Amino acid sequence: MAVLSEEQTMLRDMAREWTTNESPVTAFRKFRDLAPACGYDANAFKTMAEMGWAGIVIPEKFGGSDFGWLSLGLVLEETAKTLTASPLASSALAASALVLGSSDAAKATWLPRLASGEVVGTLAIDEGPRHNPAAIATTATKSGDGWTLSGTKAFVHEAHGAALFIVAAQTPDGVGVFAVPADLAGLGLATRKLTDSRSHANVTLANVKVGADAYLGGSDLLDRLLDRARIVTAAEMLGLAEHSFGVTLDYLKQRVQFGQILATFQALQHRMAELFTRIELMRTDVEAALAALDSSTDVPAMASLAKATANDTLHLVSREVIQLHGGIGMTDEYFIAFYIKRARVLENAWGSSTFHRDRYASLAGY
Amino acid sequence: MATAAKEQPDALEAFRSEVQDWLAANFPASLKGKGGAMTSPYGADSAGPEGTAWRKALGGKGWGTPTWPKAYGGGGLSKAHAAILNQEMARIGAWNPIGGMGILMFGPTLLEYGSEEQKLRHMPAICTADIRWCQGYSEPGAGSDLASLQTFAEDKGDHYIVNGQKTWTSGGQWADWCFALVRTDKSKKHEGITFLLIDMKSPGVSVKPIQMISGMSPFCETFFDNVKVPKENRVGEEGQGWTIGKRLLQHERTNISGGGGRMAAAMAQGLVATAKEALGTDAQGRIADPELRARIAKFEMDWRTFLLTTQRITQESKAAGGVSEVSSILKTVGTKLVQERSELLIEITGLQGLGWEGEGFSDAELAATRGWLSGKATTIYGGSTEIQNNVIAKRILGMLDHQ
Ligand SMILES: Cc1cc2nc3c(=O)[nH]c(=O)nc-3n(C[C@H](O)[C@H](O)[C@H](O)COP(=O)(O)OP(=O)(O)OC[C@H]3O[C@@H](n4cnc5c(N)ncnc54)[C@H](O)[C@@H]3O)c2cc1C
Repeated sequence: MAVLSEEQTMLRDMAREWTTNESPVTAFRKFRDLAPACGYDANAFKTMAEMGWAGIVIPEKFGGSDFGWLSLGLVLEETAKTLTASPLASSALAASALVLGSSDAAKATWLPRLASGEVVGTLAIDEGPRHNPAAIATTATKSGDGWTLSGTKAFVHEAHGAALFIVAAQTPDGVGVFAVPADLAGLGLATRKLTDSRSHANVTLANVKVGADAYLGGSDLLDRLLDRARIVTAAEMLGLAEHSFGVTLDYLKQRVQFGQILATFQALQHRMAELFTRIELMRTDVEAALAALDSSTDVPAMASLAKATANDTLHLVSREVIQLHGGIGMTDEYFIAFYIKRARVLENAWGSSTFHRDRYASLAGY
Repeated sequence: MATAAKEQPDALEAFRSEVQDWLAANFPASLKGKGGAMTSPYGADSAGPEGTAWRKALGGKGWGTPTWPKAYGGGGLSKAHAAILNQEMARIGAWNPIGGMGILMFGPTLLEYGSEEQKLRHMPAICTADIRWCQGYSEPGAGSDLASLQTFAEDKGDHYIVNGQKTWTSGGQWADWCFALVRTDKSKKHEGITFLLIDMKSPGVSVKPIQMISGMSPFCETFFDNVKVPKENRVGEEGQGWTIGKRLLQHERTNISGGGGRMAAAMAQGLVATAKEALGTDAQGRIADPELRARIAKFEMDWRTFLLTTQRITQESKAAGGVSEVSSILKTVGTKLVQERSELLIEITGLQGLGWEGEGFSDAELAATRGWLSGKATTIYGGSTEIQNNVIAKRILGMLDHQ
């Protein structure tokens, strides 16, 4: 566990208490079965916003708390444990595009509303089923004062509830990042239902016109944004790994076969010890990457490190927890498989392990 | 027999043309390549009336179980003749519509342990797959530790009265009959177990389907409430159930690992072709992502090793007469590989490989997602990987517990 400030400890404890009491896994099941049109648990997000969580990475002058990325990561880790279906991460990432971007008008328009949770934002970067920011084909052409955007973004998370899309598009001078309100003419959604029962959609931009102040920055901004997405996703993955592991540990301590509790079998003890070890290593990388964001040191490499470790660890954990439950783990009535269904989606978002190992090597010059 | 084959090449060729004529007359061309229907709970019949007709034709001829004795509804063919039948069927895209637990597990066990009366009564309908069987082994408290099962069969003279609960009963809601392990003696663990055949239509039998994580409901809880089972439905003697039941599990394992329908379905999407499309290729035709390329190659090589090992063990156990303990290895290796493959496919196709339902995914993609999830069961049922490893360690390696 990273050394936390008093405020961070309080924040984490508050998040832990809230998710345990107010947003347990049963709430996720309810959300899944109801499948609300907005694509997230609106009541939960409302409360989260009231607690100030939507503004954690937003400066105070725009209504946020500016607590920083490690703080956001702590909250995401906790809410991920019980699979809370909230757009907190997506919205924070959209906000950070504005914070890091150059458009004062966009900041003033969107940040206060994102900080209060009144609106949700999300990133619309990738255009295929695999993360590949080098392959952005959506175009942004100058038209008058502003820009015209055309193209299709794939598997945009939280698209159904988003009022704001942060869109990457090719300009004549290289890739650019734009703030695109969801209600503009020419913008359309096509739902893509994935295993995690969360909101995903392809977003089509057909000659969508935005003003000059929708332009937030170029490829440097995109890189910074993607690293934030990778790290924040890894934080959510940490919560998934930890909690599914903990639930499994409890189960093994209670299930009896051959006249003894399963936890007494050394074969299983070693498996659990291995998972525990891997999750500890994962925690190190995730917290270090969050801290790297706060101190702006070595962010790209830390992002790739954290995401690759998170991918590999959660991949293993999410498989093992089903296996270790036996038949009960295969039933929908039980909940342990919710974790693998979410895990694979996050593993494939913002870069698989092969992507990040390749990138890590490239960043280091080999 | 291989020697007979060498001695009578003419007879074999005559048989080949007989097979060709029969298939031409009986296999409907419309069913060509539709063998995937066998993975449906309804088996061949899910391919419509033609599927049913084909099942009845091949089953009636005994050729769904070509080497089983004719007297019990099998084909009575030698291995050489059966091989010709297989070749000819494969040549025209015909498939064997006779499947299910009757064929894969129960039939071979009944042939070995059943009385003459029981074989005559049950085998023919197994050979035609007219009667569907389910496996009543596991209970809520008896999974890996199967021998701790509690479902009790009380001796009432010429019949038993059975009470208790089974769970995870695959296909229980569609089955006509159940082969079950029940307790007839509470004072002994293994020796108190008896193998009973229970008509699922008997008063007091009820089932409750369970939904699986893949969204399907292929299995059930099965309840026995004062179910009357005639003693003629007991296979073997009282207390012999554990021996018989374990033998059946060996057949189950061999089938789980040996390329059953599930596996064929999982393999339907070609890994390499999919990877080339999803990841692209370089000028030399190499898959563009070198790490994934290496892992695909590793999978393909491991898979080949597995197939070769399957062949070797099959040949060895045939020579030795009987299923070998080494079937434990095949089960652990085969199931792990198929799971790896599903995972690899997701990694190759990314989010496109995680479609749950609705627009934007092909049927094959959606089936692959569901198959990825349901495939997690293969390392749990039929003796989990951990239990197989215990078996390997204890029975093959002699690594006994301390006590
Ligand atoms: C899809 C599916 C279909 C099935 N179909 C049928 C069917 O048709 N008929 C039927 O009778 N049963 C069926 N089963 C049940 C299956 O055989 C059991 O699930 C299996 O035996 C495991 O038992 P369990 O679920 O109680 O798990 P448990 O025995 O509780 O095991 C939980 C975990 O502990 C491990 N474990 C247990 N004991 C040990 C040990 N001594 N050392 C190390 N590890 C150990 C297990 O490997 C597993 O990982 C089915 C199961 C599934 C998932």
